[in-house]
Amino acid sequence: MLEFLENIIPSSPVALVVFALFPMVIIIVYALFAIWLERKVAGFIQDRLGPMRTGGFHGWAQTIADMLKLIQKEDIIPKDASSFLFKLAPFMIFTASYAAFAVIPFSSGYIGSNINIGVFYLLAITSFLTISIIMASWASNNKWSLVGGMRTAAQMVSYEVPTIVTVLSVLIVAGSMNLMTITEMQTGNDIMGFLPNWFIFQNPFLIVAFAIFAISMLAESHRVPFDLPESESELVAGYQTEYSGMRWGMFMLAEYADMLLLSLLGATLFFGGWNSPFGTFMSGPIWGFGWFMLKGMLLVFVMMWIRWTLPRYRVDQLMHICWSILIPLSFVNFVLVALWEMIF
Amino acid sequence: MTNQITANIHETKEMTINMGPQHPSTHGVLRLEVVLNGEVVTRVHPHIGYLHRCFEKYAEAMDDYSKVIPYTDRIDYVSAMNQEHGYVIAVEKLLQLEVPERVEYVRVILAELQRIASHLLGIGTFGLDLGAFTPFLYCFIEREKILTIFEKISGARLLYNYICVGGLMRDVPDSFKPETADFVKTFRPKIKELNDLLSYNQIFIDRTANIGVLPAEVALNYAASGPMLRGSGVSWDLRKNDPYSIYDRFEFDIPVGTGEVGTVGDCWDRYMVRVREMEQSLVIIEQALEQMPDEGNVMEAVPKRIRMKEGEIYVRTETPRGELGYYIISDKSSSPFRVKVRAPSFVNLSILPAISRGALLSDLVAIVGSIDIVLGEVDR
Repeated sequence: MLEFLENIIPSSPVALVVFALFPMVIIIVYALFAIWLERKVAGFIQDRLGPMRTGGFHGWAQTIADMLKLIQKEDIIPKDASSFLFKLAPFMIFTASYAAFAVIPFSSGYIGSNINIGVFYLLAITSFLTISIIMASWASNNKWSLVGGMRTAAQMVSYEVPTIVTVLSVLIVAGSMNLMTITEMQTGNDIMGFLPNWFIFQNPFLIVAFAIFAISMLAESHRVPFDLPESESELVAGYQTEYSGMRWGMFMLAEYADMLLLSLLGATLFFGGWNSPFGTFMSGPIWGFGWFMLKGMLLVFVMMWIRWTLPRYRVDQLMHICWSILIPLSFVNFVLVALWEMIF
Repeated sequence: MTNQITANIHETKEMTINMGPQHPSTHGVLRLEVVLNGEVVTRVHPHIGYLHRCFEKYAEAMDDYSKVIPYTDRIDYVSAMNQEHGYVIAVEKLLQLEVPERVEYVRVILAELQRIASHLLGIGTFGLDLGAFTPFLYCFIEREKILTIFEKISGARLLYNYICVGGLMRDVPDSFKPETADFVKTFRPKIKELNDLLSYNQIFIDRTANIGVLPAEVALNYAASGPMLRGSGVSWDLRKNDPYSIYDRFEFDIPVGTGEVGTVGDCWDRYMVRVREMEQSLVIIEQALEQMPDEGNVMEAVPKRIRMKEGEIYVRTETPRGELGYYIISDKSSSPFRVKVRAPSFVNLSILPAISRGALLSDLVAIVGSIDIVLGEVDR
C-alpha cells in the first residue's frame, strides 16, 4: 500500500504520513460508529429505542453531535491538580492505543509496520495505558480518582499475565511473533475438508485459550463485569472524575480504541485475521479488510452484549478470578497446547 | 535509621472521603462520611437533613386535616399512596369514622400496587448500584404500567392526593378493575424474568451474599422494620401481626430471609424479601379484586367539615419500607395540634454504621442499596 501511495503522491514523507494516518481514520470512524452502536445495542437489550432523532435515520449522527458538544465545552482544570500531567494523560492514553495499531495487519495489503516482534511490541506498548491512567488519577488530586486509579493499576497489571500466557500459546502453534506471518499461516480451508485453517480450529486447547483471552480482554479494556476503574455507582467516575470536555472525550476514544485493538488482536490470533472464511472466495486485500473488521466488530458486539447483561464484580473478586483461576488455568492450558503440537 | 525511614515511607494513612450528597448511588442527598483504610471501610457516619422540608411544622399550620394529605405524599415520594393511607386511617380513627366497603378495597388495591411499584424501584436501583443497568429499566417498564393505572384514577403519576378522609377523591373508573387484573396477570412472569436476569445471577450473588449481615437481634434492637427486619428472618408484618384497614380478610404469606445463598440477614436476603413480597402483593390484589363490591358511593362518608374532638392517636401501617407511624394530637381547633411521623427509612438508616464496618467500599454501596432508603422520608 505504501508503494501505491508513493506512486500517486509524489513526495515520499507525505505518503508516509498518509500511510500512518490510515489506522487513525479507522479508529475515529469506528469510535463514532461503535458509540452509536453501543447505545443501539443497549436500547435493543433494554426494550427501548436508543437515539432516534439526530441526523434522521435511527439517530446516526448522535455521536458526531456529542463530539461537537464535547469540543465546545469549557476546559476545566481543577485548581490543585497537577496541570502538566493532567493535560498530558489523555493524550498519552490515546497515543498508546494508536501506536499499538501499527502492527495490526488490517489486510494482506496493509500493515503499519511489518516487524518480527509484532506481538511483543503490541503487549509492551499497551502497558502505557496503565501508566496514563495512574497519571490521570494522581494528577487530578481527587480521592475518588485516586481510588479508581489504584484499582486500575492492580487490575491491568494482573490481567496482563493471563493475556500474555494465552497469546504465548498461540505463538507456540504459529512459531512467529509477526502478526502478518501469523495471519498468512491461517490461509486456506483444509481442516476436515471445509473448516478454515484458523488457529482456533487447529488445536482444541486454543478454544480454552480463547475463552481465557476473551475474559482478560474484558478486564484489560475495563468493560463490564470488570469495569471497576470507572464503576460509576461506586467511584463517581473513577480516574475520569475531574475530566470534562474533549479531554474526557479522549479517554472515551481511547477506551473504544482499546476495545477494537484487543478484538482485532483476538481476531488475528484465533480467527484468521483478514482471511476469508470461504477460502479463496471473496478474498483479496479489500475483501480481507472487510472480513477483518467484521470479525473485530463481532467481538466488540459481544463485549457490548455482556456489558448490558451482567452486574459488576468487586475488586477482591476480580483479583481472585485472575490469580487463582485464570492464571493457573492459562499455564496448564499453555502446556497442553504445547503437548498437542508435539504429538500431532 | 534506615529502617525508620523505610517505615515512614510504607506507613499507610486512613483516608476520609465524602460519599455524597452528590453521588450516583446514595439514593438522593445522603452524605456518608467514610473513613477508608485502602478500600476497607473502618468507619461510616451518615449525615442527613439535606431534604428536610418541615413536614411536621407544616401539618400544624394547615387549617384543615385534609390539607395535610398532599404533604404526606411528599414524605416518601415513591410510595405516596401508602403514606396517604396511613395518615387517613389515623384521622378516621380519631374521628371514629366508618368508611364504605368499596373504599376500603380500592385503598388496599392501591396500597399493594404502590408497594409493587416501590419495590420495583428499590430492586432496580439496587441492581444499578451493583452495575447491572438492564434490570433497572425492566423494572421501570413494569412500574410504568402501575403509574398509568394511578394516572387514570387520580390524574397524577407520583403524588396523588387521592385518598381522602372518609373516602376517595373520586370513584375509580370502570376500566380500573380489568386493567389491574390484566397487570396482575402480565406481571407474574416478569418476576421470574427478573429472577433469571438478576436474583440468581452468580455475579449478583457473589456481590450480595454474606455482605452487610444484620442479625435478627441487632435488627430488633435498632427497631428496624419492613424488609430490613424480615430479611433477618423475623416474621413481622403489620398487615398480619396488627391488621389495619381490611387486611385481616386476605390470605397471604410473609416472606422472610432464609440465608438461601449466604447468611440470614445479608443483602441478598433483604433484596429477595422484596421480590417475594411483590408476589404476595399480587395475591392480595387478586383476592381484593374478587371481593370488591362493584357499586357504592365512595364519597358517602366524607365529612363536609372535619370537627375534631380533643384526643390523640398513634396509627402504624406497613409501607414498602417498614412501619410508618402517625402520631396525631388534636385539640378543638380545625388544625392538628401535633403530627409526628415515625419514618421507617430513618430508623433503618441508623443501622448502617453497625453493619458496614469492615466492608469494602463497593460493599458499602450494596448495603446502602439494600436498605432501600428514600431520603424524603429520612428527612421529612
